[in-house]
Amino acid sequence: MRTAHIFSLILLVCLLFVSCRDEYEILPSEKIVVSLPEYTSIDGFYLLNEGNMGMNKATLDYYDYKTGTYRRNIFGEANPTVIKELGDVGNDLKIYGNKLYVVVNCSNKIDVLDARTAVKLGQIDILNCRYINFHGAYAYVTSYDCPVQVNSIYEHNGYVAKIDTATLEVVDKCYVGQQPDELEIVGNNIYVANSGGYHKPHYDNTISVIDVSTFEETHRIEIAKNCYRLRVDSYAQLWISTRGDYNTQKPLLYCLDLATEQVVDCLDISVSDLCLSGDSLYIINTDWISGEVNYSIVDVEKRKLVSTNFITDGTDKIIRKPYGVLVNPITKDFYIPDAKNLLSPGTLYCFDKEGRQKWNVRTGDIPAHFAILGEYK
Amino acid sequence: MKSRFLLLLLICCSSIWTKAEDVTISTLDSIQYLNEIVVTANKFKDVIPSQSLSGESLERINSLSVADAVRYFSGIQVKDYGGIGGLKTIDVRSMGSNHTAVFYDGIQIGNMQSGQVDLGKFSLDNIEEIVLYNGQKSNIFQPAKDFGASGTVYLQTNRPRFQKGKSYNLKGTFRIGSFSCINPSLLYEQKLTEDINLSANIEYLNASGEYKFRYRRVQNGVIKQDTTATRKNGDVESLRMEGNLHGWLDKGKWNVKAYYYNSERGIPGAIVGDKWDNQYQRQWDENFFVQGNYQKELFSGYELMINAKYANDYLKYNPDTSFRKSQINTFSQEELYVSLANKYSINPHWKVSLSADYQKNKLDSTVNMNQPERDMFLLSLATSYEKKDLRAMASLLMTHVEDNIQWNQNAFNKTVYTPGIFLYYDFPKTNLSLRAFYKKSFRMPSFNDLYYTDVVSQDLKPEYATQYNVGAQWDFLRNKADWQGNISIDAYYNRVKDKIVAIPNNSSLARWTMENLGKVKIKGIDISSKLTYRCPLDIIWDLHLQYTYQEARDYSTPEDKGVDGGTWGGQIPYIPWHSGSTILSAQYKSWNLAYSFIYVGERYNNSANIVDNHRQPWYTSDISLSKNFKYQHFDFKLTGEVNNLLDQQYEVIRNYPMPGRNYRLTLRISL
Repeated sequence: MRTAHIFSLILLVCLLFVSCRDEYEILPSEKIVVSLPEYTSIDGFYLLNEGNMGMNKATLDYYDYKTGTYRRNIFGEANPTVIKELGDVGNDLKIYGNKLYVVVNCSNKIDVLDARTAVKLGQIDILNCRYINFHGAYAYVTSYDCPVQVNSIYEHNGYVAKIDTATLEVVDKCYVGQQPDELEIVGNNIYVANSGGYHKPHYDNTISVIDVSTFEETHRIEIAKNCYRLRVDSYAQLWISTRGDYNTQKPLLYCLDLATEQVVDCLDISVSDLCLSGDSLYIINTDWISGEVNYSIVDVEKRKLVSTNFITDGTDKIIRKPYGVLVNPITKDFYIPDAKNLLSPGTLYCFDKEGRQKWNVRTGDIPAHFAILGEYK
Repeated sequence: MKSRFLLLLLICCSSIWTKAEDVTISTLDSIQYLNEIVVTANKFKDVIPSQSLSGESLERINSLSVADAVRYFSGIQVKDYGGIGGLKTIDVRSMGSNHTAVFYDGIQIGNMQSGQVDLGKFSLDNIEEIVLYNGQKSNIFQPAKDFGASGTVYLQTNRPRFQKGKSYNLKGTFRIGSFSCINPSLLYEQKLTEDINLSANIEYLNASGEYKFRYRRVQNGVIKQDTTATRKNGDVESLRMEGNLHGWLDKGKWNVKAYYYNSERGIPGAIVGDKWDNQYQRQWDENFFVQGNYQKELFSGYELMINAKYANDYLKYNPDTSFRKSQINTFSQEELYVSLANKYSINPHWKVSLSADYQKNKLDSTVNMNQPERDMFLLSLATSYEKKDLRAMASLLMTHVEDNIQWNQNAFNKTVYTPGIFLYYDFPKTNLSLRAFYKKSFRMPSFNDLYYTDVVSQDLKPEYATQYNVGAQWDFLRNKADWQGNISIDAYYNRVKDKIVAIPNNSSLARWTMENLGKVKIKGIDISSKLTYRCPLDIIWDLHLQYTYQEARDYSTPEDKGVDGGTWGGQIPYIPWHSGSTILSAQYKSWNLAYSFIYVGERYNNSANIVDNHRQPWYTSDISLSKNFKYQHFDFKLTGEVNNLLDQQYEVIRNYPMPGRNYRLTLRISL
């Protein structure tokens, strides 16, 4: 009996360090007051954190101007029964009508939420979906039409899916070039940037033009290797960022006149993300090899670089990896999310129009995409 | 929850005792031997004792692969992506799995491509002993390579032993279990002459690897998400064949070994939102090596050892079997290794050694990886001194690495010197001993780190680790008749600098840069204890306890100092503060009952120690019961196992669910 006691005692001692195991909680949102209230017709903006691949950490934050409050990670609380929340790697975010569309790349879906409450209304399943835009009663989404897998050769083309925003059904598909990324809709045309990003070193170099009414590709316009982002300005010019081939072909920013479909300008600017506000095209860039960061503004009317650092107070030295840019169309305050090492939480910086930091706040992992809630046009 | 669990365990334990004692009252048995000790302090020639698992005790822990067994060592974390086929690597004292070297029958298993060895691929079927050395094996008579790594695991396969008058052994094992697992193996050993033995071993494994897992989330105590799904693509089919020749010489021995392994497996992916079935990665492996060892005392005081190895490893990887045009990549590696070690005893107390190794590695791949070749020269000088109660050893290793590549990228070229000092002192007339070591080591950047095309390497430096360790062992039951027991405690401080870190660079394309960014400081305590007790009624109890405390802080990013959600000073990913294990077994005549328990405490999946990255502790209980019996000329052993008895749903790595309760039945027949 004595032995048994000794053994029991030892076992007990060893188990003392066993702390309990709890159920995993659906994390509640966190509210942080970061600023004084501000009253304009803009209510706030959403920020989509991508989350690194395989982490299932796409999260949604919301900044409310009327209370100056930043609410971090609001999706789980608003949708506690949605299994595994938003999913893996958020890639685009836009509001259209009363709905917020969240494109989740590696989960192959678009979550459609109520734009005011972030409550999930429905879901559209599209393989390797990338970017979204809208026209009339339809949403248009680019898809690589192949699994998310770098280092593989997928030679066939991607497509643009046409989605009825009332039923959230895919009603049509239109095949375009290889690995299509951003898309812009002007008049009766959809312009799609074909990257060919999985097809290294044979990148695509075209913009596909789709007729909205027939939903068929009419032609392609040759630009340069690896087209990525598109913005249309008020002068009927399409700004196209190309990423080059990471070797001899440099990344460049092209300007296409939509009436003549001729390239009218080409600026030696590499683009990670951009935001058009009035005539100012705010551009952020992290050089893919040197890691050097640039903040520049292009005047789209003059097609000239007018600023090479729109952050004026030295905060640019703290930001390690800017991953997006948003300009408030009314106050011209601008926002830069810092993704840091892409594995840990990022920081969102708010600047006034002079480029001085107003506040900053912790975000989710890889903060990147914005959508403004409210009236501003 | 906690108290309920503790109570349950206690009830479990106490009921085992009462039962066992009830049974034993009426019996008196003639088998009077103490069984092999669960974890032995290995004292042969090493200056500092090591941790080891061998023989019966290896069989008692319900393990299929080496990776499952090493979890019972202190200071070890196994990264496990789940299932039978998933990747399993080990991390010794938080320095990272690339710092761990694995030796198979005395010669290192290399993988220059990734720098990591998947221990899940090594079956326990023919393993006789697993030994873990912190720092290095503190023995001067060994190849230069053995002085290299920061943590070293030696796997020793079965050495033939023949009973008197017998010239052969035949052993067949048949194992079935959960995950549709079928695992037969055959071992044949033959005495060729008095001085030469032959052994051959073949093993086949086939498993679907499928298991159900449950995913649950609560909000304010109310279950909001609860779903059960099947983990897929964890299937594996493998064949392993080994042949050995062992020979004895006058004051020497030699052996030759051939090894062949072939497998096909699915690689289960992360379970993320709306992607529960999308698991299509596949991998094929073919590994072959031959190796030989020769050692002899040529004249009094001088011993010579020669080791040589040739290895050929082929890996085929399909990133997506669902997709017709998916690019299949192949990687062929070749390795040639020769080593010459010399030992000379200047006097009975003082010995010196000199070892020289040369290794050549080649990688050929369909991925444009610049066809790297690596030449490595290692030279070690070591000395040991042993007098009465003191043992001391010092070593210095020079490693010269030279890479050759096809096109203009900077080839890695480096010479590094790494010293080590080991001390041991046995207090006379007490049962107490002290030990201490200091060791510097490094890991080379692997071919993947340096030459992968979608990766930009910025003139990588080697990654250095420095270790300081002090420890003590108390054999508090050394001279008792029925009792054996000891407890040992080690405290250590490790520093890893220039840690090679992959930094993703661009959102839409996975372009990475490899940089020497990381800096980690690790403070830890390992405690392990072992008790063996033979009851008067011939029940032999074995208890092994092991506990590790680790504080492994990330000091890579000074910019994060004081930042909300920053990584500065945070516990590094997947290293728990507390972890431990228990093995308790009772042997009565031909019956053996074993209970083993593993605990891994709370930890974070990122150095930003915020609630989003917090991972819950997990703990599993395994039990096994075995019975030996004889029928005619045959010896049988039948073992039944239940693993994860409490059916805990847990993850070692975030989004990679592990199996719940599972079973195995093993029948072994020996002739």
